[in-house]
Amino acid sequence: MNKQIESAAPWLFVVGLFVFWELACRLLSVPTIILPAPSAIFAAFQRFGGPIATNSFVTLWTTMAGFALSVVFGLILGLVVGWSRTIYRSFYPVMIGFNSIPKVAVVPILVMWFGIGEVPAILTAFLISFFPIVVNVATGLATIEPELEDVLRALGASKLDVMRKVGIPRSMPYFFGSLKVAITLAFVGTVVSETIAANKGIGFLMAQAGSNFQMPLVFAGLIALAIEGIVMYAATAWLEQRMTGWAFRSQGSAAA
Amino acid sequence: MIELKDISLAYAGRTGPVLALDGTSISVGKGEFAAVVGPSGCGKSTLMKLVTGLIKPTSGNVSVDGAPVHGPVKIAGMAFQNANLLPWRTVTENILLPLEIVEPYRSQFRAKKAEYRARVENLLEIVGLQGFGDRFPWELSGGMQQRASLCRSLIHEPKLLMLDEPFAALDAFTREELWCVLRDVWQRLNFTVVLVTHDLREAVFLADTIHVMSARPGRIIETRKVNFARPRDLDVCYEKDFTDTVQVLRHKIAEVRKA
Repeated sequence: MNKQIESAAPWLFVVGLFVFWELACRLLSVPTIILPAPSAIFAAFQRFGGPIATNSFVTLWTTMAGFALSVVFGLILGLVVGWSRTIYRSFYPVMIGFNSIPKVAVVPILVMWFGIGEVPAILTAFLISFFPIVVNVATGLATIEPELEDVLRALGASKLDVMRKVGIPRSMPYFFGSLKVAITLAFVGTVVSETIAANKGIGFLMAQAGSNFQMPLVFAGLIALAIEGIVMYAATAWLEQRMTGWAFRSQGSAAA
Repeated sequence: MIELKDISLAYAGRTGPVLALDGTSISVGKGEFAAVVGPSGCGKSTLMKLVTGLIKPTSGNVSVDGAPVHGPVKIAGMAFQNANLLPWRTVTENILLPLEIVEPYRSQFRAKKAEYRARVENLLEIVGLQGFGDRFPWELSGGMQQRASLCRSLIHEPKLLMLDEPFAALDAFTREELWCVLRDVWQRLNFTVVLVTHDLREAVFLADTIHVMSARPGRIIETRKVNFARPRDLDVCYEKDFTDTVQVLRHKIAEVRKA
């Protein structure tokens, strides 16, 4: 019984949240232009189902493209940075500096370079989401147990051997963990770029709806985004479980 | 088997060079079981790295198996206080790891995998882990993990086994159990052992020769032969000669700790 409640809890919470929202809007008679009630938002979903779906799809694929780029480059850069202390030390300040730049500020530059459209969105998603992947992979490599490294090096293992046999498998839980952070950041990047300069995508749809005072449609866009985010997060979490289940199982085992 | 002559080793510390070893000489014969005891921070672990060729002495000569050491010796197996098994590999795969690294096994690894697996099975049986090869390390108790770690250090049939406080993290009963495992493996496979330990009873029970090190900078201040008949039984730990030897070593270490 407890288990059933536990698995139903997230759904109940979401339903409860919408019910509370609806009631609050009706009882306090909040104007739709300030905060539309869920019923109005769902109505907007029905009315604008087509545009929401097509724009959602654009946002989804640009996000996935940016995310794919950041997985590839994040993994490569993470391996390079984690390889040696010297590289780690020389790269790190620049990367932190780069990561501190608000990506909104980069979008106009990307638009200048690539024009309005999907490319700036893809690149913004990439730029905003690759950092956690790099940091996590590098951390996984840099924290190899020194004794284990001694064991292997005493056998004549090269740095490459140590990385292949220990470092890389060891950093995989860090890598897959960072994907969950990266995928949500990638959505942020895409939508920021679409809001500023695009003619497709949920960000563009919301900006348009906002300037037409169609608040229910703006919120419908937000909810569509949230749903996409949750689905992609769940997909990466599932992937993490599949690929590095050992890292979860080893925690809380009786072996001490 | 191992000759260390007048070894000094300094490394760069925060406030200038630190002398870890100063004029250390040790000699360990082939097939001998040597133990190194001493106060903490006396450079015992440094000694291990010197012998396995992971670091170079500042001055002095290290030779292992009749040849001067210039790099990783490759004929040594190592085990530490932490078993350090890889959680994504089964016990068998963990034990196979050295064979994926060291020649001549490395180049034949694919071809002879079945043979090597049989070898692992054999070793597991010797240390009392038969049937656990397909488990993951985190499914094993600390003592079992340490047995697996011992197997990993022995799979490539090293001529030299270097142990750095391998039983320090285990409870008293498991520790004594593993003393016997190590004793039996050593008597069966006949390799040379250097055991670094804080546990004097462990040293006296297992070793042929005990080297006592001084506080930093480490030097060997006493070498003692232990002459109890082999094979030794755990009961030997309660004989008068045994406790006397432990007592003498204890005093010796108390002395150097004060100095």
